[in-house]
Amino acid sequence: MEQGPAGASGPAAAAAGAGGLLLPLSETEQQRYSELFSRCCPPPEAAAGGSSVGELFRASQLPPDTLHQWKNNPQITEVCGAKRMGYFGPAQFYIALKLIAAAQSGFPVRIESIKNELPLPRFMALKNDTEVRYGTPAEFHGVKFQVPHATLEKNSYKRTDEGDKQEPKSPPMSPICSPPASPSTYQRIPLSYGYGKARSGLEQQHGAPYEVRHSTHQQDGPSSGNYGAKSALACSTPNRSLSVEREQQDSSTQYPDDPWRITEEQRDYYINQFRSLQPDLNAFISGSVAKNFFTKSKLPIPELSHIWELSDVDCDGALTLAEFCAAFHLVVARKNGYQLPETLPETLLPEYLQAACLKPMRDCALFDSYSEPLPSSQQTRDLGRTEKSSAEEVPDNSALIQEGKKDDKQALKVSTTLKTIPKEFQHLTVKAAAQEPNALRARPRSRSYSSTSIEDAMKKGEEPPTPPPRPQKSHSRASSLDLNKIFQQNTQAVRSGWLPPPPPALPPRPSVSQTEQPSEVELHPQMNKPPSQAEENSSAKKEVVLAQPPSKPARRKLRTEGQGLETPELSPTINVTSSLPAVKPHLPVQKQSSKQKRAIQTAIRKNKEANAVLARLNSELQQQLKEVHKERIALETQLEQLRPVTVL
Amino acid sequence: MAVCIAVIAKENYPLYIRSVPTENELKFHYTVHTSLDVVDEKISAMGKALVDQRELYLGLLYPTEDYKVYGYVTNSKVKFVMVVDSSNTALRDNEIRSMFRKLHNSYTDIMCNPFYNPGDRIHSRAFDTMVNSMMMQVC
Repeated sequence: MEQGPAGASGPAAAAAGAGGLLLPLSETEQQRYSELFSRCCPPPEAAAGGSSVGELFRASQLPPDTLHQWKNNPQITEVCGAKRMGYFGPAQFYIALKLIAAAQSGFPVRIESIKNELPLPRFMALKNDTEVRYGTPAEFHGVKFQVPHATLEKNSYKRTDEGDKQEPKSPPMSPICSPPASPSTYQRIPLSYGYGKARSGLEQQHGAPYEVRHSTHQQDGPSSGNYGAKSALACSTPNRSLSVEREQQDSSTQYPDDPWRITEEQRDYYINQFRSLQPDLNAFISGSVAKNFFTKSKLPIPELSHIWELSDVDCDGALTLAEFCAAFHLVVARKNGYQLPETLPETLLPEYLQAACLKPMRDCALFDSYSEPLPSSQQTRDLGRTEKSSAEEVPDNSALIQEGKKDDKQALKVSTTLKTIPKEFQHLTVKAAAQEPNALRARPRSRSYSSTSIEDAMKKGEEPPTPPPRPQKSHSRASSLDLNKIFQQNTQAVRSGWLPPPPPALPPRPSVSQTEQPSEVELHPQMNKPPSQAEENSSAKKEVVLAQPPSKPARRKLRTEGQGLETPELSPTINVTSSLPAVKPHLPVQKQSSKQKRAIQTAIRKNKEANAVLARLNSELQQQLKEVHKERIALETQLEQLRPVTVL
Repeated sequence: MAVCIAVIAKENYPLYIRSVPTENELKFHYTVHTSLDVVDEKISAMGKALVDQRELYLGLLYPTEDYKVYGYVTNSKVKFVMVVDSSNTALRDNEIRSMFRKLHNSYTDIMCNPFYNPGDRIHSRAFDTMVNSMMMQVC
């Protein structure tokens, strides 16, 4: 704030150079402007972020009515050249401030008007404390991030709404440029945070101020009241102050602007994407499926590779829901210009995400209603917001749930029709169309949820944690999915690199119960069963369970891990409980030991057969690999031969 | 305290090679290249026995006056070659084995990445980190 004098000399010259016009700034003006400029952008950066600038503009309370407010502000930014340049340099900023002053004094927004002597532009209720907000670069970056994502989503939805089959994850720039006609969409972005510096252009500012207003002015009820008056959507002040208060609490409890923190709305989106790839939320997405999916984002392969490295924490070649959310989040962040971190941020760790994902797991019925309404038309959303303006949180919740149930039925109907991955984003449009009439209540709700962490925390606390499916460490390396591919698609298995370790790793997983087997059988236990149960376990059941893994390991792997583990768990417990009453006395122990020996021998035989099968398979696959390599070499030589011909 | 670590593909081209920055890094590359002969010799020396029976760790491939070269082969014929400073006599066989095990684990992690095509050069940051740690200190 007190950096005014420092930048005093610069701006005048800069302003002169900016538009080729000499802009005389008086001392006071210079001081004020540089102070505002430094507030709007942290010192290390040379350009003011659009968010802060937008907020400043809003604070200037420029006269026209709310809906047309964008028309005025555009003029200002256009005139000062920021639109052209894409950011607010010092020169542009000062010109803009001058223009605001002119507008406030009633002059038209023109270059000429700022040549006059003007009073300082008035900004209502800008508090110095807002600098605190911009103090941490992380927060700033968070500000940067959230809106781009939302706008990206919104734009993708809008585009699909418009029937545009454009890749939803198109670079940030293009969607922005397209819909200036309905700038109000940006206002309705259900984010509470600022917007990104990465995006240039005017439209972003439209979106920003609304959200920024929520997040920046954390202190003042009265000031929020002022903003309420200026709001483009004419929300009532109680709503504004309510949301501002919520924002206060939010920022105090956690860092909402952390770009690596997934908001509710984003999580819902990710979960829906997960569902489009894999209907069961507890199951994995295999590597190839995920690869196809993320390749669509058009990020370069090395970056995708790195994202995978970061997000696949257990390194099993498959993504759980939490891992998928983390990966998706990283992809979105990268698309929005963030550099990928070296290590996975704390908020993207699967454990953390799973704690947060509990709500999704449980309330999957609500998700469709959350996500589907999002892409719907802007008009309904606008109205919905105003409707919700004065509502209290708790009654809204119940209303939402009812709405959610209605929406859910429609969503499920629609979702079943479109499950293919290439149309992953298209299906949202169909759902959106179906959801439009019902979307009123649900959307504002999701927005307000996303704006506060208090509500999130409350929600999370309410629901009992569903056990997240964590793959057991012991079999993570012997990737079950690799084996799955091998058994079902040989060619794909070739691509999967080296085959899993030799057969001994295979049988243990399904035959989890057989921990009591003596060491002749090469099974390493996944669950610890007391040895006593071993004797009591009937040999017949042992054989049955053992017979299952060699013959149908693929089937087992197909099932979710939780199921895979549970069924062996269930079977031994059933075995134990059933055999317990029967095998109490120790007399039949001898009989049992001989039975056991026979059982063990049969088990050994079966395992040997399995080994042989796998060894044969291994050699076959090696052959195939060789052939594929030969083909590749042949193709490469062909390419080499052809290349000189084409390059003329 | 490895001086140079290399991952060689089945077709004997390098997937990854990293050495401690010295003025003559090519020397290490050359050493690794020549050591491949020894690796092949050891593999074939084990005969046509089943792959299962072959030990993955090959041990000391050959020593020179300045350093020693150790080898390790996976079941898919991907070779890890490690050049270690001879002056570091504190390095025991077990430690070398553990280093190779870590390398192998990291390599499988890379394999699990669907964006990695077998036969590509390895550009994984996690792998780099692990190799760096191995070169900095004995593990």
